[in-house]
Amino acid sequence: MATRQTQFLARSLLTPAVGLLFIWMIVPLALTIYFSTLHYSLLDPGSESFVGLENFRYFLTDPAFLASLQNTLVLVGSVLALTILLGIPLALLMDQPVIGRNFVRLMVIAPFFVMPTVSALVWKNLLMHPVSGLFAWLASLFGLTPIDWFNDVPLLAVILIVTWQWLPFATLILLTALQSLDEEQKEAAEMDGASAVSTFIYITLPHLARPITVVILIETIFLLTVFAEIFVTTGGGPGLQTTNIAFLIYSQALIQFDVGSASAGGLVAVVIANVVAFFLVRIVGRNLEA
Amino acid sequence: MGQITLQGVQKSFGPVHIIKGADLDIADGSFVVFVGPSGCGKTTLLRLIAGLEDVSGGNILIDGKNVVDTPPAKRGLSMVFQSYALYPHMSVRGNIGFGLKMAGLPKDEINRKVEAAAATLNLTPYLDRKPRELSGGQRQRVAIGRAIVREPKAFLFDEPLSNLDAALRVQMRIEVTRLQKQLGTTAIYVTHDQVEAMTMADKIVVLNGGKIEQYGSPLELYERPANLFVAGFIGSPKMNFVTGELAKQQGAATIGVRPEHLKIERDGAGGWQGTIAVAEHLGSDTFLYVDAGQLGMLTARYIGELSLHAGDRVSLLPDPARIHRFDEAGNALRG
Repeated sequence: MATRQTQFLARSLLTPAVGLLFIWMIVPLALTIYFSTLHYSLLDPGSESFVGLENFRYFLTDPAFLASLQNTLVLVGSVLALTILLGIPLALLMDQPVIGRNFVRLMVIAPFFVMPTVSALVWKNLLMHPVSGLFAWLASLFGLTPIDWFNDVPLLAVILIVTWQWLPFATLILLTALQSLDEEQKEAAEMDGASAVSTFIYITLPHLARPITVVILIETIFLLTVFAEIFVTTGGGPGLQTTNIAFLIYSQALIQFDVGSASAGGLVAVVIANVVAFFLVRIVGRNLEA
Repeated sequence: MGQITLQGVQKSFGPVHIIKGADLDIADGSFVVFVGPSGCGKTTLLRLIAGLEDVSGGNILIDGKNVVDTPPAKRGLSMVFQSYALYPHMSVRGNIGFGLKMAGLPKDEINRKVEAAAATLNLTPYLDRKPRELSGGQRQRVAIGRAIVREPKAFLFDEPLSNLDAALRVQMRIEVTRLQKQLGTTAIYVTHDQVEAMTMADKIVVLNGGKIEQYGSPLELYERPANLFVAGFIGSPKMNFVTGELAKQQGAATIGVRPEHLKIERDGAGGWQGTIAVAEHLGSDTFLYVDAGQLGMLTARYIGELSLHAGDRVSLLPDPARIHRFDEAGNALRG
């Protein structure tokens, strides 16, 4: 009837919001690109000068860069693997009809609502502390030497904390997917003589392929930028053992006060995120095609 | 072989009695239809036989062996579900062969059997497609293929045609019946559609409120309904029921006459008189809905075209040999 008018109306009503979002995105990006070409140190104000790609050369040849890139990939990969491998059985358990199911669900989902700084502090001081932590107490109960998590296995400690935070998300997505699995399909498999394990492998797991893809894609976006947990617990150390790209950029900008180099690092991080996204979509994205 | 016997089968979900004791003998190779209004327990009874629900009491015998404690897969039955329940990520080949694969058959034997089943059902060109790429009728045939490939003792159908459109339903009805006769395998078929029941069945089980009301051949049910419920449920349009003085004259509490057993006379003097409220002209049949005063609304059917219209006076003469008589409790009176 009035398609042209409604299209015009829709566009003109959307324009302010889209325009604002565009400015919101383009200004920081443009400034970052601009800063990345400057010699710009907060310790040496007034000395800004154009240096071309010098900042990129500096950032990429910094030995800390490769170390933090590796840490980033290990962190993302481990947390993804752990949340999915633990999330599937957890979701299967929560799908069973048990008394107090709603309460159990609430409890399992709770960690997702705890802010990262708080959960990192709880893990650091109450659980993983080598003297007063719960794990240390448990270890001494069995006559073992308590593990000094943040000194001996710092990256593993960070991985555990982040996994704890993201497990509820994975579980929740997988649980809703399980609940949408057609009951008659399971019954058909039962009539076909499939055991519980075969039903899981041939019916449930293929059904979960798509939600697992969603979990991997969404978690990757957030896991590439893990920061608070590292900042609160290890501060990137000892040495560079828990420094990821996000933390490295932070330390360039606000520990070494080198805005130029940090901006270059930020742009490198954007490229890395895109490369990871490209491969992820290549590998798992075909599950999303209907 | 596929002889199925139910002995006092009961099922309750908590305090709710769904099946209140069902006794039934299903002969090998026969096509038995469970029919009844929704909520009558027909699907539950089928699921009990399949083993998808556990019985609360009674025995289910397949070829003389009690199977109440046997898991579904070991009962040697196969089921076609209302939603088809095809495995969406498997090809047609994978779907049909899944049961055989689970049984651990060698690959080439599975392929041979799947291809034979697909040929029977005209599915050969679609073997490598996914269910979502098939039409409703094709999906239905895949579901049937999955059932026949295992060479079961009996097929169980749970309202398999209810998701198809009317034309396809008639076609599939014929295909299913022909396939069953060709294979000679016992079949139990659940439907709420009495036309499906009448056309497909060797024997019909009419269920109501968790009880078997009558078990017999379609014509037996049509000609000698055991009670008011069966009389009203079987036959379309519904049987006319008359109570009161007229019924008492016949020595019954209620009498029933089918619409096709009422002779229609224009301006007649005898019989049951009334005014036509609605006349439906289908060409092949004419249905008259007659307001007969104290007798209530009566339906009459005439084979062929009859030029009567709303407002016309008619008298309806019941065929005396085809009046069904029922007592106070609703049971049929014979003789």
